[in-house]
Amino acid sequence: MSVNEPITSAVVTVTVNGTEGEHEVPVRRLLVHFLRDDLDLTGTHIGCDTGSCGACTVHLDGVAVKSCAVLAVQADGATVMTVEGLAGEELTPLQRSFHEHHGLQCGYCTPGMLMSASALLAENPSPSEDEVKVALQGNICRCTGYWNIVEAVVAVGKGEAA
Amino acid sequence: MSTTETTTATETTTLQKGYVGQSVPRREDKRLVEGQGVFFDDVKRHGMGYLHFVRSPYAHARIQSVDVSAALALPGVYGTLTGDEVAILTDPFFQIAADPGGQVKDYALAVGKVRYLGEPVAAVVAETRELARDAAELVEVDYEPLEVVVDARASLEDGAPVLHEDCGGNLSYTGVWEWGDVDGAFAEADHVVSISQLHFDRFNSTPLELDGALVEWNRGTGQWAITTNNQFPGFAVIMMAPAMRVGTDKLRMITQDIGGGFGNKITSHPQLVACCLLARKLNRPVQWTEWRTDFHQSMSHGNERWFLDTEVAVQSDGTMTAFRTKAIDDAGAYLRYEPLGGVIWSQVAPGMYRWRNLRLEFTQAMTNKAPVSPNRGYSRMQHLWFTERIIDIVAQELGFDRVELRKRNYVQPEDMPYETPNGCVYDSGDYPRALDLALELIGYDTVEQRRAEAVERGKLLGVGIGSTLDSGTNNFGQSQLLNPELQFSGNNEVATVKLDIFGEIVVTLGTTPQGQGHETTAAQVVADILGCDVDLVHVRAGHDSYWNSHAGFSGTYASQFAVTGLGAVKGAADELAEQMKTLASMVFQCPIEAIELADGFARIAENHEAALPFMALGAIPNANNAGFPVDPPPMNARFVFRPQFDVPDKEKKFGNLTLTYAMQIHACVVEVDPETGVYEIVDYAAVDDCGVRINPQIVEGQVMGATAHAIGAAMFESFVYDDEGNLLTPNFYDYHVPHALDMPPLKTSSVESPSPFTPLGTKGMGEGGGGGIHCVCAALQDALRAAGGALVTDSHNPYHRVWDMLRHPERSRDTVEVVKQ
Repeated sequence: MSVNEPITSAVVTVTVNGTEGEHEVPVRRLLVHFLRDDLDLTGTHIGCDTGSCGACTVHLDGVAVKSCAVLAVQADGATVMTVEGLAGEELTPLQRSFHEHHGLQCGYCTPGMLMSASALLAENPSPSEDEVKVALQGNICRCTGYWNIVEAVVAVGKGEAA
Repeated sequence: MSTTETTTATETTTLQKGYVGQSVPRREDKRLVEGQGVFFDDVKRHGMGYLHFVRSPYAHARIQSVDVSAALALPGVYGTLTGDEVAILTDPFFQIAADPGGQVKDYALAVGKVRYLGEPVAAVVAETRELARDAAELVEVDYEPLEVVVDARASLEDGAPVLHEDCGGNLSYTGVWEWGDVDGAFAEADHVVSISQLHFDRFNSTPLELDGALVEWNRGTGQWAITTNNQFPGFAVIMMAPAMRVGTDKLRMITQDIGGGFGNKITSHPQLVACCLLARKLNRPVQWTEWRTDFHQSMSHGNERWFLDTEVAVQSDGTMTAFRTKAIDDAGAYLRYEPLGGVIWSQVAPGMYRWRNLRLEFTQAMTNKAPVSPNRGYSRMQHLWFTERIIDIVAQELGFDRVELRKRNYVQPEDMPYETPNGCVYDSGDYPRALDLALELIGYDTVEQRRAEAVERGKLLGVGIGSTLDSGTNNFGQSQLLNPELQFSGNNEVATVKLDIFGEIVVTLGTTPQGQGHETTAAQVVADILGCDVDLVHVRAGHDSYWNSHAGFSGTYASQFAVTGLGAVKGAADELAEQMKTLASMVFQCPIEAIELADGFARIAENHEAALPFMALGAIPNANNAGFPVDPPPMNARFVFRPQFDVPDKEKKFGNLTLTYAMQIHACVVEVDPETGVYEIVDYAAVDDCGVRINPQIVEGQVMGATAHAIGAAMFESFVYDDEGNLLTPNFYDYHVPHALDMPPLKTSSVESPSPFTPLGTKGMGEGGGGGIHCVCAALQDALRAAGGALVTDSHNPYHRVWDMLRHPERSRDTVEVVKQ
């Protein structure tokens, strides 16, 4: 390769949902497409082109980020958790609470909602209704009107989820 | 949480009580909260190519040439498709309209001309999404820009630029809809109020998942497998197959999880055809996922509508006797589902009121904007907004109390079932009671005190009511009122229920749910009928036309699952129950009447020891039938639910157009800052009556979602075009949909008036959001009474429009006149 050739791909080492791997990715590939297309982790969704909707929210080194606004190469050396990594043998209290409070209908925004809400709960285990709304302001839901989602997250903080 | 529920049943249901009526937790949820749902974009195939559309940067232009050579030269590009190829390989889509709209020539890609910004002109398929997008940039299209028209009123004037020359103008449909003695009612009226112009704005419900498909071509059988999120596959194949010159069975439609629909995913058939043509041409699977900007620019806007020269006849006691108006509907550039909006509104012609004399001249125009298609509350929402605006404007101008005026004119519970002037039958309901409930929830009796308190804080407080109907289960015969040549009528839906070898109940639906919980509610109905645990009932997710459990109207749209879908499920489950009892009676050699299904057994009712587990029944016909003296029943039932409809009278435009009428009363309190026009909804109540509720939690979820759509439409969401036809709100930055922080406190309640016309007493529901638009408009008008008395004449009222109304109340006041005092 001549020195003037643009670099079109790079090798990244990334730990996704506890599994470390080395992957060659086009340098322009978004993290969300890397997760969905290369790793087949299709739980992370895409709902816009502008970083507005939050359906693609994942945890990058423990912080909730919109994976459509991050390049895959930027995740080199990082730890990523997607919605598929939330539950172990059992659903988490947050997942159960979404179920019990009817916090989802079509389920398309749900992975992003869960990732934003779980990042909030990690920092603030018992958030108020207003704190939940602020934490979820980057996540769009078109089915529920948010009422049951907010209720579901608040209930986890109160220890009300089964 | 501020949400409270005060559920009150007006009547008890006649159905046996079991799972039905309970908030059984949704079985769809587990896979969705684990990220294991399967949406079309999640499905991959070996060697598939990604499709990207080349779209028009002009709203109206002649296509001089399309050159794909540079795109094809790019390594990794598999192939392209142009409008010229489409015009050879396909016929124009069948048009629902009679002439002049019937002359529209609509293809999968633009042929000869583009008529709206974002219209697909060519398509490129490449190895990766990124490459397809790059290659699309290399397609050279030579355009000759043409004059643009974006206002429906202007498009109908002489000399306006014409979109479809074959139509001889921009008119797609016009018709006069008149019932009763309108002139007589006006002659006898004590008062006549005239309203020169009302405008219902253009928006849609923007599902979070975009349109798309994975299309596989089977070169051996000549069949396409289309994994998609189209929400009305029955309609899609009717459009696609003739255009592609193939039989409908060549198009296998498959859905599983769909990320919201709201009607917006009905008219993706042009893009699906482009995918099919490319899958065949390239002999490889083709994957198309729309981008957000593509969706905003090109798909499924809601119908924008003007109401001009409205007059309302009112008696001195407040009885409303007649209205007449001219509606101008903006269909956008193509008629993809239109002009059906031209008849759908008439399902609710008099709204919730006892108007007996109506005249509406409906005219639909084509403009250089995205094509419209159904959007939650399709065409009825626009009309019901109009009737609610009439009520509040008349009340204000003639000095009537808005609550009393509504109650006086509502169709009353004792009138039910009520035949409207145009022959529609409102099945059941108690509108005054629902209004009382809504007012109670927002604390209506303390409003004047709160208004005074708000004044002290420098705010204007207003209260608004929005009453609305959600007519469900269409009689497709109404399409013949627009085009007498059409051969559509009635409605249907299909379900199959079978008992498998190991005793598992398997249910297959024809519907395409997008979050409505069909797997859960269908299981509830079946478990009650078969007397088994709900977890024993497996409901297949999604739709597949290979299952043979669909019919021509299959899909999920227009508020009908609880009637047609569950009607089919009930019919099939009843048949299977009969088969199971018959088989048990053969085994026990007893009369069938002696058998009952309970606790997961078919048993002799008088002797529970004589019991066959479902597994035994399932095994006999399926796997263990040697020596059986007669043919055992197959343990497999397919049922087509067909509501009883007649074709409406085409001359009189008279007949029953929908089977059920769910009802919603919304009420809200707003506070307006008179300095800025900024306002906030501080209290909100939604009361819903959809007859028997199979699953109250799911019903309430639908009410909430529809409310959120209405609040968005009332305050934030609008497809705004400039004069050149550029869409100014092409993404979620400019097109603001409500976020969690935008939502007001909500109280919900319900009334349960079972439908006498449906198998389960249910009514279709989910589209009652219009009530939110109506009540926000009404609350703003109420708040502005103390600051110049502007009248709200637009459905969409962002803060700057409220500021305008505060500064210039005369602008709207001048459009309204009491011509007969």
